[in-house]
Amino acid sequence: MLEKLVKIRQEAMEQILSASSADSLNDLRVRYLGKKGLLTEVLKGMKDVSAEERPRVGQLVNDARKEIENNLDSMRTEFENRLMQARLQAEEIDVTLPGKKTALGHSHPNNVILRQVEDIFVGMGYEVVSGPEIEYDYYNFEALNIPANHPAKDEQDTFYINNDILLRTQTSSVQIHEMERGVLPIRMIAPGRVFRADEVDATHSPSFHQIEGLVIDKGITFADLKGTLDEFAKRFFGPDTRTKFRPHHFPFTEPSAEVDVSCFKCGGKGCRFCKGEGWIEILGCGMVHPHVLEMAGIDPDVYSGFAFGMGLERLTLLKCEIDDMRLLYENDMRFLKQF
Amino acid sequence: MNASLSWIRSYVPELECSYQEFRDAMTLSGTKVEGYKVFDEDLDKIVIGQVVSMEKHPDADKLQICQVNVGTETIQIVTGAPNVFEGAKVPVVLDGGRVAGGHDGNMTPGGIKIKKGKLRGVESFGMMCSIEELGSTREMYPDAPENGLYILPEDAPVGESATSYLGLCDANYEFEITSNRVDCYSVLGIAREAAATFRKPFVNEEPKIRKTEGDIRDLLEVEVKDTDLCPRYTAMMVKNIRLAPSPRWLRQRLASNGIRPINNVVDITNYVMEEYGQPMHAFDYDTIKGHKIVVKRAQDGEKFVTLDGQERTLDKDILMICDAERPIGIAGIMGGEESKITDDVKTLVFESACFDGTNNRLSARRLGLRTDASGKYEKGLDPNNTVPAIIRACQLIEELDAGDVVGGMIDLYPEPVQEKKIAFDPERINAYLGTDISKEKMLSYFPALEIGYEEESNLLTIPSFRQDLLRGADIAEEIARFYGYDKIPTTLPAMKGASGKLTYKFQVNEVIREQMQAAGYSEAMTYSFESPKVFDKCLLDPEDPHRQAIVISNPLGEDYSIMRTSLLNGLFTSLATNYNRRNKEAALYELSNVYIAKQLPLTELPDERMTLSLGFFGEGDFFNLKGAVEELFDGLGLTGHRRYDNTGELPFFHPGRQAILSYEGTPVAILGEVHPTVVKNYGLAKRTYAAQIDVEGLYEKVSFARKYQGIPKYPAVSRDLSLVMDRSVRAGQIEEIIESCGGKLLEHYELFDIYEGEQVGAGRKSLAYTVRFRASDRTLEDGDVTPIMEKIVKKLGEIDVFLRS
Repeated sequence: MLEKLVKIRQEAMEQILSASSADSLNDLRVRYLGKKGLLTEVLKGMKDVSAEERPRVGQLVNDARKEIENNLDSMRTEFENRLMQARLQAEEIDVTLPGKKTALGHSHPNNVILRQVEDIFVGMGYEVVSGPEIEYDYYNFEALNIPANHPAKDEQDTFYINNDILLRTQTSSVQIHEMERGVLPIRMIAPGRVFRADEVDATHSPSFHQIEGLVIDKGITFADLKGTLDEFAKRFFGPDTRTKFRPHHFPFTEPSAEVDVSCFKCGGKGCRFCKGEGWIEILGCGMVHPHVLEMAGIDPDVYSGFAFGMGLERLTLLKCEIDDMRLLYENDMRFLKQF
Repeated sequence: MNASLSWIRSYVPELECSYQEFRDAMTLSGTKVEGYKVFDEDLDKIVIGQVVSMEKHPDADKLQICQVNVGTETIQIVTGAPNVFEGAKVPVVLDGGRVAGGHDGNMTPGGIKIKKGKLRGVESFGMMCSIEELGSTREMYPDAPENGLYILPEDAPVGESATSYLGLCDANYEFEITSNRVDCYSVLGIAREAAATFRKPFVNEEPKIRKTEGDIRDLLEVEVKDTDLCPRYTAMMVKNIRLAPSPRWLRQRLASNGIRPINNVVDITNYVMEEYGQPMHAFDYDTIKGHKIVVKRAQDGEKFVTLDGQERTLDKDILMICDAERPIGIAGIMGGEESKITDDVKTLVFESACFDGTNNRLSARRLGLRTDASGKYEKGLDPNNTVPAIIRACQLIEELDAGDVVGGMIDLYPEPVQEKKIAFDPERINAYLGTDISKEKMLSYFPALEIGYEEESNLLTIPSFRQDLLRGADIAEEIARFYGYDKIPTTLPAMKGASGKLTYKFQVNEVIREQMQAAGYSEAMTYSFESPKVFDKCLLDPEDPHRQAIVISNPLGEDYSIMRTSLLNGLFTSLATNYNRRNKEAALYELSNVYIAKQLPLTELPDERMTLSLGFFGEGDFFNLKGAVEELFDGLGLTGHRRYDNTGELPFFHPGRQAILSYEGTPVAILGEVHPTVVKNYGLAKRTYAAQIDVEGLYEKVSFARKYQGIPKYPAVSRDLSLVMDRSVRAGQIEEIIESCGGKLLEHYELFDIYEGEQVGAGRKSLAYTVRFRASDRTLEDGDVTPIMEKIVKKLGEIDVFLRS
């Protein structure tokens, strides 16, 4: 019986090692370990073994069974690994083939830039508000210290609906609406469309966008205005950006300034982009004129504030390096897809 | 405003700076330099030489070999200039020097280098120059010949720099003057700013006349009838006019400012206008009828011929200068043909007046006649400037010996402007600016600005030419700009308790943009104004309310003349642009206002309604468009009842392929395939789809609240409904029945097949739905679902929809 056992075991090992597939391993498992398998047959012969011998033989049978099982398992694992290898190899793809994109739409570049500006000011505690595009003369001019027949009214080439109603030429009109609400302090930006009678060309459009800013509180200073816009410029154009405040004149601010930023292309050395100046003009600003505060019902002896206004298209053209403003209003997909 | 640095320096003699420094400092103190031109930028090694002798070139007929004394030596120069002669004094560029361009007047950027060389075998060590080669023109140097060398006066110093002698060692600056600084439209005003900027004394001697004869008041009478339009009228008289060219210094100064010298009298009026910013008019005394000047308004329809020979039609708001019988000039705008100065003038009257700026500007605009003078007057001039300016003009007459100044002056100034005083409050100024500038430092800026300070009353006295200084904030600006904006600290406002945010509507707009972009639409922007022709282009009925557009009274042209009442024209135009440019597909949306008048003509502001348009051509059909709208509504939490009706009433859409979307019973959107005729009108792709949504009306209904619905634990039961019906039955009708009969257990239904063809018969169609039921607390059984399905089928039967057998 022992001999038989040894023979079965040896035979099984040989056959397992020479098995050619996972299926033939299954056959071998049945042949040796199955209900009618050879090893089971041996076990059936145990009744003929003497009582003293029985534990030892039983042990041997079990050892043989275990060994065969182990070998079957490891061979199976090997076959599976081989199969997996083959499959993985066969499934190789050319990862340099083009990706499949979802047909997402694109933001208009003006709004890409507007969102950047809004995020900066919202982060600094400003509310984003709006006002009417068709506006009373009073809000667009008079309340901003531009009375009837003021030359600044001519400079802006206003579109009129009638004597009292016009297309706003500046988002500064929103300043007055906010002030008239009478809720202080005010910290707001107001983006929106404005209109001026400029013929269409590469740098002009009769319809464009401005972003107005207004802060009114007790103790607001010109230094606060400088600090705020310097902070904006650094966040918008990059941390190394410097600002230059030049005295200027706007009827509704005093003192007033125009602000240049160091060219973000050349860092201020002068390049084609900044026309060799090293600086790029981006906005106008100033301390809210005390008379404007008075007209809106705010006491200039108690409150002060600053205001600023910038052209959205100007920022967009600069930052996206677009050389012709007309592209913004043609809506050619080949243009829009770039943003 | 233009001014050359040398002219400015004549009032600020201690001013020492480079051209670049001057530009930067002036810009930073508020007188922005737009640009400057350095006259001798491209000129180098150019001296005054004198031709000592000359002989003909042996091998060239037109060339002369000249020996030229250039001060340190005599050099040989070969020239082809026709006007060279022995003894001539000429500008000479030496070997290694540069000239600005050719004698044809073409400039070479960077200049042309001149080297010694041989001309037809004869050595030449330099070049004698024409005015063009020096970078200027005969306009500015009228004594230069049309063709040939610029022959300098006999007293020109040989060996000295010719550029310096000709006044070319200078630069002309172009300043941007802001509308509040009328005083800076003059060289004196600029010089005052320069003095304050560089902390150097401003030196301007008061003009004086040495000798006069007679008295103007015996010769001329002036009456101002409309003093509201003419606050001050000043006149002086000059007799025995001796017209001649102006001296070189005056010509050069005018030339440096781009003004062509003409003769001494004209040059003086131009010079004083530049220097003082005060326009000056000269009348020929002998043409003034009755020797009387009357300043009064014209009459409506009156005709007048201005000195440019044009006949002008006047009105009662135009101020005229008249003599005893007739008008002789339009005040502050242009003189008349009949009283203009001619070469025969013997006696002239200088007018130095102050006219109302606004009236002048409006009159010039109505006449379509804007002149150098009106360009000054329209800004509103300082009435106190008329007298110094007219005396300056007469002083120049005397200095140039252009005539004999008549004594006295007529000066009508009924209401002199009062001196302004502003309280000086350094503490407040510092608090306003966020600075810590000492009182002494602040006071130190004032003298150069001619602002006085009375210590006792602590009041600042403001010179009359500073019409912009009215209150403390204005003084703060003066302090700030001379202290230096750059030296003011940068701080951030305290912003206590501030939390930034978008207003609700802006937040909704952002979600709409995200949704549209996720659906594959790109954002477009189009103008808010359009042509009234778009109504016909879109086939609108003559009575269509969309035609009630707000009209711009002064549009850029008809194409931009009405405010849009719909975004569709903009959308169609943009899609057509893409189609014309052969883009295979385009999907666009625009989120913008339409303008709906409450009544026309406008008496109050219109309703500005935020509106969304979307549209595309290329892959897809009506149902892709509808799908995008549906997803948008889902994204905005607009989960209430939506109903699509085709009433066929939208003229710009295909009558069989259009819908009005009602949300909870209110129409809020339209969508459809663009009508073939509209497609043709715009040049659109054959199948173009478009929708427009009234966002303004949806803001209130939008909801971003999301509540978790339990994920189902129990299985669903699905039943298919395969239905046949007449072709005219709408899916919406079937779905309404499924919804109304489905009850609480109805979870979902979905159309999965549409069939039209032989198997169902002509004029009929088949729709197949899957209907899914589920309970949240148990597994459904047939007994739950079957009665519901039976009810649905029964109801469908009532509209002649039957199960397909």
